[in-house]
Amino acid sequence: MNARSDSEGPARNVANMTPDRVARTVRGLSDKAIAWLFIGPTMLLLLAINLFPLIWTIQLSFTNYRANRPNAPILNIGLDHYRAILTDPDIWLRMQATAHFVFWTIALQTIIGFALAYLVDRKFRGHGFWTTLILVPMMLSPAVVGNFWTFLYQPQIGLFNYIVGFFANVPPGSFKMLGDVTLSPWAIIIVDTWMWTPYVMLICLAGLRSIPDYIYEAAEVDRASNWRQFISITLPMCMPFIMLAVLFRGIENFKMFDMVNLLTSGGPGSTTELASITLKRAAFEAWRTGYSSAFAIILFVAVFGLANIYVKTLNKVKAR
Amino acid sequence: MKKLIAAAGLAAATMLSSGSAALAQGKTITLCWAAWDPANALVELSKDFTAKTGINMKFEFVPWPNFADRMLNELNSKGRLCDLMIGDSQWIGGSAENKHYVKLNDFFAKEGIKIGDFLPTTVDAYSTWPKGTNNYYALPAMGDAMGWTYRKDWFARPALQAEFRQKHGRDLAPPKTWTELKQVAEFFQGREIDGKKVFGAAIPTERGSEGITMGATAALYPFGFRYENPQRPYQMQGFVNSADAIEGLEFYKSLFKCCTPPGYTNGYMQEGLDAFKSGQVALQMNWFAFFPGLFKDPNVGGDKIGFFVNPSQKTEGSTLGGQGISVISYSQNQAEALSYIKWFADAEVQKKWWALGGYSCHRAVLGDPNFAKTAPFAADFLKAMGNVRDFWQEPSYAQLLQAMQRRLHDYVIADKGTAKEALDGLVQDWTKVFKEDGKN
Repeated sequence: MNARSDSEGPARNVANMTPDRVARTVRGLSDKAIAWLFIGPTMLLLLAINLFPLIWTIQLSFTNYRANRPNAPILNIGLDHYRAILTDPDIWLRMQATAHFVFWTIALQTIIGFALAYLVDRKFRGHGFWTTLILVPMMLSPAVVGNFWTFLYQPQIGLFNYIVGFFANVPPGSFKMLGDVTLSPWAIIIVDTWMWTPYVMLICLAGLRSIPDYIYEAAEVDRASNWRQFISITLPMCMPFIMLAVLFRGIENFKMFDMVNLLTSGGPGSTTELASITLKRAAFEAWRTGYSSAFAIILFVAVFGLANIYVKTLNKVKAR
Repeated sequence: MKKLIAAAGLAAATMLSSGSAALAQGKTITLCWAAWDPANALVELSKDFTAKTGINMKFEFVPWPNFADRMLNELNSKGRLCDLMIGDSQWIGGSAENKHYVKLNDFFAKEGIKIGDFLPTTVDAYSTWPKGTNNYYALPAMGDAMGWTYRKDWFARPALQAEFRQKHGRDLAPPKTWTELKQVAEFFQGREIDGKKVFGAAIPTERGSEGITMGATAALYPFGFRYENPQRPYQMQGFVNSADAIEGLEFYKSLFKCCTPPGYTNGYMQEGLDAFKSGQVALQMNWFAFFPGLFKDPNVGGDKIGFFVNPSQKTEGSTLGGQGISVISYSQNQAEALSYIKWFADAEVQKKWWALGGYSCHRAVLGDPNFAKTAPFAADFLKAMGNVRDFWQEPSYAQLLQAMQRRLHDYVIADKGTAKEALDGLVQDWTKVFKEDGKN
């Protein structure tokens, strides 16, 4: 009784202090209106920083606008930019390079990440230390990673070349990871895999730890082999987590820019020029604002569409 | 009464003028440039300006790879970060047409600054837009061109001299032509010197900004490459992709293939300096701006380093670098910024600028009979500035540069297609850009 009156006291005081006019207004509001009153500012902020730029970008994509020509007339050119982008063979080469990068980074990170999670899930001596060590790469800045892998790949003094040369019995300077058309796409895949596999591992580890022990105990009672347990329990129950990791990494790598830009600047030639590098060059070097807006919208639709299909699949898997 | 009014007026005027002087004295202006050796020299030089005027100087220096991105973004967004800009020569067209830079003609006339005091090639390259007119948007601030450094101490070794003479029938000396340069580079490639494997030459191969274009054009110009028909502007067919230009590009690729250090596929200014300073290469192509610093280097400077102008082949030609200094039209301190330009244009200041390591374009400096003796690279700099050629300075220069970067890197580094295909493709790309601009 005392507690109740204690808490009601200040509330009543505040109510009494509310000016009559305000009190009358608030009293007249429905719960829904009050809810809107609370979330309104946040909604407005989100509209201002998310929706407005998106709508503006869409609008710019139909114009010849260039941010570096403030005095030039802005003309509506309809779908010209979209047509130019979708029929440009160079753009399709960039998309192929991006798809190659996304596919292989996801494949390698998922396999290695899951394998590491499976190992780390087992308790062993120094378990905490090794887990922390594995997580270090993803805590580094992509700028740092890009720079030091440039040194590791250096043909004369690079550790990577030295190790590969040692095991493959070839001179370390005989191959150029960043300067060779065949090797450079793999060079960027290796670095991204090194950096982001721990992230996939963490998500998979969460999946593995979420599987209740009693399921394995029941399987053991049924004399299921380790392999059977893995195939029938571990993998299916981890699948939503793995798929989530694939989704996150897929979206991230589709827009990969910083690390690759530091490693190769898109070279040699245009071999590792991913879509985001082309976009950045069009938008902030050539200042083709309308064109780059159209390209950004195309990339956005592609990622958004693929992600939506993927999420629906993920939901189906989870429902099972 | 009249005397009283006059005295009051005088007092008010005095107060106002001293007030404005005090205002100027308390002010700070910001100068934007690239972060490199000459910028440090300018910081030193500008202390005199502050001492003279009481105006404080702030500096915003951005590393070269990000300089254009960062500063053009600043200009395009009408930012007020910079009051003065030492912008790249290629920016002049866009910055003049989009009114980022203040036109300086009236100011020059009012202050008695004679643009004729500066070397005409530098005025044309750094100050004027459109080209060939007398519209000045900058004062030549820092002359620069692509030049070469070589390991003088290696060249002087009797054993190497004898071997080279036996092979090529001439002394191992700074090359006069590109053919000679390649012979020298080949001679050093893979050679062991002082127990260390060395390589022929560090030449620009960078993909991201302007590296390979600046490097390759240093070969293309002497081979006969031209940007356009001199009789018909923007007509590039047969000039950009002429037989001479194709030969020049093939030559640059052969130099890259034969004589650069392993993995030197994305190198520009800093990588070239690193390769030379670490004793990896016998020759290095880089901007004259770095030469004072290299000459002072404790490991490879002094007696160990030599300099030479970009070799000729069918003709002479050097790639232009360098920048003019402009006042930003969005600046709120234009009066102070203009006073800096006035101070900087003074012959004595220009002499000190050169002494500190900046490359003055002033005739009082360059025309001095003793100029060539003031530094081991001074004579070559003078020669280079006499035959410099610059990339397009059009408002669309960035698009034109991107196209050339891609075409050249594809051919030279990624082995894609032939030189003819690369230059034919470049003509197509450039034609498209000019067509969009309504210029052909």
